[in-house]
Amino acid sequence: MDYIGEHLLPGQLGHFFIVLSLVASLIAAFAYFRSAQSKNEEDATHWKKLARFAFLAEVVSVFAIFGILFYIISNHLFEYKYAWQHSSRSLEVKYLLACFWEGQEGSFLLWSVWHCVLGVILMRTSKKWEAPVMTVVSFAQFCLATMIAGIYFFGWKMGSNPFILLRDSGVLDSAPALHINGDIAQGLRQDFMLSIKDGNDLNPLLQNYWMVIHPPVLFMGFASTIVPFAFAIAGLWKKKFGEWTKPGLPWALFSAAVLGVGIMMGAMWAYESLTFGGYWAWDPVENASLVPWLVLISGIHTLLIYKNSGHSLKAAHLFFILAFGLILYSTFLTRSGILGETSVHAFTDLGMNWQLLIFLLIFVIPALILFFRRYREIPAIQKEESSSSREFWMFIGSLVFFLSAVVIIGKTSLPVFNKLFGTKLAPPEKAEFAYNQIQVFVAIIIAVLTAVTQYLKYKGTTPKYFLKKIFIPTLIAAVIATWILIVGKINYQKETVGFMAAIWIAVAGSVYTIVANAAYIWLGLKGKLKLSGGSISHFGFGMVLLGILISSSKKEVLSNNINGIPVSLDKNEDPRENLTLVKGLTVDMGKYSLTYEGDSAHPKKQLSFYKVRFKSKDGKEEFILMPNSFVNYKGNEGLMSNPDARHYWDHDVFTYITSISNPDNTKDTASFKPTSMKPGDSLFYSGGYIIFQEVKSKDSLPEELFGKTGSLHEARLKVHSKSGSIFSIEPKLAIAKGEIMALTDTLLTENLQFQLQKVNPDNSIILGVKESNTIMKYITLKAYKFPFIRLLWFGVVITAIGIIISMVRRIQLNRISGSAT
Amino acid sequence: MKRIHIILLVFIAGTIALLIGLMDTGSTYETIAEAKAKPGKFVHVAVRLDKSKPVEYDAKKDANYLSFEAIAIDSSRESMKVVYRNGEIPNLMISERLVLKGKFVNDHFECKDVQTKCPSKYKESMKPTEKSIQTSTSANLPAGQTSTASTNLEATK
Repeated sequence: MDYIGEHLLPGQLGHFFIVLSLVASLIAAFAYFRSAQSKNEEDATHWKKLARFAFLAEVVSVFAIFGILFYIISNHLFEYKYAWQHSSRSLEVKYLLACFWEGQEGSFLLWSVWHCVLGVILMRTSKKWEAPVMTVVSFAQFCLATMIAGIYFFGWKMGSNPFILLRDSGVLDSAPALHINGDIAQGLRQDFMLSIKDGNDLNPLLQNYWMVIHPPVLFMGFASTIVPFAFAIAGLWKKKFGEWTKPGLPWALFSAAVLGVGIMMGAMWAYESLTFGGYWAWDPVENASLVPWLVLISGIHTLLIYKNSGHSLKAAHLFFILAFGLILYSTFLTRSGILGETSVHAFTDLGMNWQLLIFLLIFVIPALILFFRRYREIPAIQKEESSSSREFWMFIGSLVFFLSAVVIIGKTSLPVFNKLFGTKLAPPEKAEFAYNQIQVFVAIIIAVLTAVTQYLKYKGTTPKYFLKKIFIPTLIAAVIATWILIVGKINYQKETVGFMAAIWIAVAGSVYTIVANAAYIWLGLKGKLKLSGGSISHFGFGMVLLGILISSSKKEVLSNNINGIPVSLDKNEDPRENLTLVKGLTVDMGKYSLTYEGDSAHPKKQLSFYKVRFKSKDGKEEFILMPNSFVNYKGNEGLMSNPDARHYWDHDVFTYITSISNPDNTKDTASFKPTSMKPGDSLFYSGGYIIFQEVKSKDSLPEELFGKTGSLHEARLKVHSKSGSIFSIEPKLAIAKGEIMALTDTLLTENLQFQLQKVNPDNSIILGVKESNTIMKYITLKAYKFPFIRLLWFGVVITAIGIIISMVRRIQLNRISGSAT
Repeated sequence: MKRIHIILLVFIAGTIALLIGLMDTGSTYETIAEAKAKPGKFVHVAVRLDKSKPVEYDAKKDANYLSFEAIAIDSSRESMKVVYRNGEIPNLMISERLVLKGKFVNDHFECKDVQTKCPSKYKESMKPTEKSIQTSTSANLPAGQTSTASTNLEATK
């Protein structure tokens, strides 16, 4: 049957290219494999030609799939489930890409696209390494292609197809209105598309520019880890153990820079636009991307050791295999739904767990088998390195990084452990502290090693040389660190004293890293920036560490809500971080006074901006923050908030909305309650009492308004609230041209409305009082202060720049040595 | 000092850290009945919000105090009062399931952290008619009646 209003061509093309991509990537992998295996030159070239052709066909298919899916989303073709599920007509154009990779299918495609780009570059540059390296890349492409295939094998579904039609997806099966005769047992109505007017939209929390730029960078980082892995495998496979390190090193550096920036962009997103109250929470999803990076850094350092001393080649192989293996493991963790109970932001389960697990094992197991079979053949220097050599301490540093990764991934794998052994273990009460208490020691060791190691020479250093060089940087660092610790008052007393001491040492250590590496650019490298990529990235890394330590240990809750509440029973049990602001009423908050001045709405979306004025009590600063919230957004009852922050050079003031008055617009059901009062009488209400002072009557009134016998009465009231404030209120009663009009007066802050209902000749009155929740507008917010957060962001940028400088330098060196031989 | 010694030392430190990390889990997933049986122990409990009882939250009185009734996700119909002292919980009303982290104290569950599991948006929105019927019936019936209604259902099963 044909359905009205469906555009089937894009989907058919999409299906075609998915199948083509499956076939092409498999052919490419096979042909590259044959080319790498073949003994004679002619045969190898022949296979390589075929492989290149197949891989280019794969590249065309992947880009075509990407383009078609984007076409479907941007043209709002809701007959396709992917567009319907992830986008909507009201979505801004800039977020169309964001909803492209909101779903698993789109993000697999993104990954695949980067593999294509990297593959083409490898094809052009890697020369004799092309065949074995591209075998690995092509095979990974094949695996990724299966993820979006959506093909059934003997009742077993392989992958999830992004081009599936809405009517085939099962989503409509339980919607009677869309079926013939309203009976879900019968088929869909031919014109069912007329009822599908709009899509489900992108999750409002993801409607953010970070969602547009963060995934591409992170996935480029993910995708690029395959290159050093493939080189290491190629080296093992072709038994060219040391040789692959030359072309492999720049790729490893590239991967470390991009993956690192990608992770930290995620952290920045979490900090700037989400309400997690920080940039890092040791959430499984965060950990899963951090761990491969740590191992990658270990790998890079062991490669440098090998290049300069011939040691550590075995470890380098292992680290690159594990770095890529951990990328696959993290893919399994975040996409299989296994983290459901422990993570805030994992993907939803698509029922592909087995497929994801196979994806992991099909790479890691053969790679490890190959590694251990070749283990004895990998050249190693028998003589031990001296403990005064640079390579020795670099190796210790790599090992510490690696072990830190093992500890983090071990903790993160708790749900996997539970699944395997049927246990019910859960993260501890202080989940973040459980990580921090271990990682702070890693930070100390790494910081000191990073500071000192460059002053050591490869193969061995005389103590005299070392001490002479390191003396001045150590002295400067000690002075600065002492100054920071004294002036900075880092009193982190939430945990143990030992932990605070560890933070102090780590602060000193990271200052040491910054100073020693900055100094080394002049002392060791004579200011030649082209050569000092390593020092620059270490300098940046020191800033990252210092930024993390200070911003986390000195994070302050500004919205400490202690107003009008007796001493809380137990401070630990009750964080009291929410503060309510009534519109127009200024409230104290630490060094600031806050006023909620009003709100404004987004013209198209159910998004409201709340204007909050911050004024410091010393009068020195005054600024407005506009945190916003999606209110009851498309079926999501309640709020989805985005924070706003005021940035200073040394700290950020950060706030977001946790609750607002009356989001459902319930009707005002309260009514005026009449009370007879004589002058001097008082009347209680829930928040205090009201005194009726007197009533004034005016008679000389403009005749054109009031007529001949008009009168105007004005009751003078004083409202004494429990908090001690006194307010004057004057409701009026007008009799004009025979009509009685009560002019009500409202006291917003106390939720009161007054109506003068009658004035008697003896000056007693009947006063109507209404207490209502709906007249008062208020917001509840949380506010924090993050000191020195910028140090962290700058540190990340400098680290990445340093790594890129090293990468460029290594590529140049390879060119020189390549042309020499 | 020999290289191997330092490497061993680092490995030992790493192993100890890992062991501390694994032993320090200190918490488990429990049911409501188990949480009640172990007062004072920090546990994770998966529950449902009892929508027949009111969610207590008044930002003007106390912006931090929130309390609601939780019922077991299994068939035990065990329930408990939950107190959360960190303000409003986003999406509480539409949540399908809640993972509460905290401990049982005296008569209620002191909840430190909540993770809300919401139904997939797109499944929900395709059944607008059913949804509105359900909410209106539960809103019209007083709390006692809804629970008897559900008991009857159980009995007829």
